[in-house]
Amino acid sequence: MTENDIISPENLVYKKPELMNDTPMHYCPGCSHGVVHKLIAEIIEEMGMEEKTVGVSPVGCAVFAYRYLDIDWQEAAHGRAPALATAIKRLWPDRLVFTYQGDGDLACIGTAETIHALNRGEHIAIIFINNAIYGMTGGQMAPTTLIGQKTSTCPYGRDPELHGYPLNITEIASTLRGTCYVSRQSVDTVGSILKAKKAIRKAFEASMKGLGSSLVEIVSTCNSGWKLSPAEANEWMREKMFKEYVKGDLKDTTNLK
Amino acid sequence: MNNEVTLLKGNEAIAYAAIRCGADAFFGYPITPQSEIIETLSLLKPWETTGMVVVQAESEVASINMVYGGAGAGKRVFTTSSSPGVALMQEGISFMAGSEIPGVIVNVQRGGPGLGTIQPSQSDYFQATRGGGNGDYNVIVLAPNSVQEMADFMDLAFTLAFRYRNPAMILSDGVIGQMMEKVVLPEQKPRRTEEQIRKECPWATIGRTKDRQPNILTSLELKPEIMEARNIHLQEKYATIREKEVRYETINCEDADYLIVAFGSAARISEKSMEIARGKGEKVGLFRPITLWPFPERQLAEIAKGKKGILVAEINAGQMVEDVRLAINGAVPVEHFGRLGGIVPDPQEIVEALETKMMRK
Repeated sequence: MTENDIISPENLVYKKPELMNDTPMHYCPGCSHGVVHKLIAEIIEEMGMEEKTVGVSPVGCAVFAYRYLDIDWQEAAHGRAPALATAIKRLWPDRLVFTYQGDGDLACIGTAETIHALNRGEHIAIIFINNAIYGMTGGQMAPTTLIGQKTSTCPYGRDPELHGYPLNITEIASTLRGTCYVSRQSVDTVGSILKAKKAIRKAFEASMKGLGSSLVEIVSTCNSGWKLSPAEANEWMREKMFKEYVKGDLKDTTNLK
Repeated sequence: MNNEVTLLKGNEAIAYAAIRCGADAFFGYPITPQSEIIETLSLLKPWETTGMVVVQAESEVASINMVYGGAGAGKRVFTTSSSPGVALMQEGISFMAGSEIPGVIVNVQRGGPGLGTIQPSQSDYFQATRGGGNGDYNVIVLAPNSVQEMADFMDLAFTLAFRYRNPAMILSDGVIGQMMEKVVLPEQKPRRTEEQIRKECPWATIGRTKDRQPNILTSLELKPEIMEARNIHLQEKYATIREKEVRYETINCEDADYLIVAFGSAARISEKSMEIARGKGEKVGLFRPITLWPFPERQLAEIAKGKKGILVAEINAGQMVEDVRLAINGAVPVEHFGRLGGIVPDPQEIVEALETKMMRK
């Protein structure tokens, strides 16, 4: 079988999206980021928005998201992505504008920008990767870190007396009148990946229809930060994270399928 | 030509001029003594006429990052604030400089440090002319001395910002922002079309067309060799700006024995001081830097040759005087006069400072 036979249409069962380039990713094996990147690329292509999309990348593990998807990108200061996206979308209303942010970026240093962009009902979609830890800087406590979870800045476990409580920002987002779609998903199984894709697609479409702001949280693994194998990390996420961060749609006023 | 004279506050002139010079968006947060800018824009509703966007942001941090986003998408975008708010914006300004994003920031200064006072001051000179945030960078700084220049410098600031893909600042103060004067507003210019933006700003993030690589605006680079090259590129750009964009004004400098060097509102006051001194028979001239960065160092050094002394009059504890001393390099005695904490000096005080500090009377 030659290479041409392999890539002939009738033999093709799966391919990576055109928008994903061949730059080797810096993400750790077992991390959820790669899958979410792929979903975003697929959705942009399926919506035919390749030439009309602007992404805003965060500070954190996804800081280099702009290296992997061949769309236009702006790299924001830590936490400020929703402010950038607000302006880009207001000035170019026919563009698809989304931010891609982690829990340290979105739920900690960028809380104000996140909540106010959502509350203004900006026509943007926020993709929120929640792995309950600061991955890029080496596994420090995040606002989303679970009670009892050990990190390098709560090495004896998160203690509410010392460190406060996990912040459920997606729930807060669902109470804001500016949001039209707020959902929490994961990408640990084939089924969950398909559901996550559907949720991101709905968020993107809602933004293009001008229905309000959308937030899709992806409860994610950080096996390096959690010091677990990829398989163990998935187990730990299902056992611990899904209890604190319950999956499903928290709000949907879009009437989109 | 539009010759219609109107009476406006400096802050109002900024709002009117921004709309007329085809600005695409304003993002800002209220703070005294410049809230009339966002209030005037809100009243004028430019989104119904030119299509200009006006958003009251949740903070100055958000405002400047909205400027980053909008300008990064090729649009003429600006924000305005006063000293404590501009301090909050320094993160965004540094990121804009690093990512080479053009945008305009207006600082209607008030006294500090901290919450300070709502009265006028020029004590953000260092912050404005030294970059202000982290890293080696410069912001183009224009210092208006009248309501007319508030209006005129909006378009100039946008032009310079886009010419060099660099943030530009109008460094005003509570005197210029609050005082009312006659002003002739610029002609209404149309906002740029998508086609014009694509041509002028091939770097703008407005959607990647098939004929080009993705546009990525970032200040991040982990490889030090590449990062050094980027910094060298920035420094070369700043050298070009230093070479080409110096602006200043001279009044009665030719026959002067003494020079007053002052910018913005202090220069306006010093004009009167110069008249008073000339009335007393003292030959005094005024040198007014209009660009504070790039500072007119060569031009000042040339004009200062053979003078008996230079008095730098500022509404601060002595900031621009450092640039004057660097420019003069000891050739002529240089002294400073300033008032602090929101006190605006009287012209007579500057004359007295000339007499006691320079003329040893």
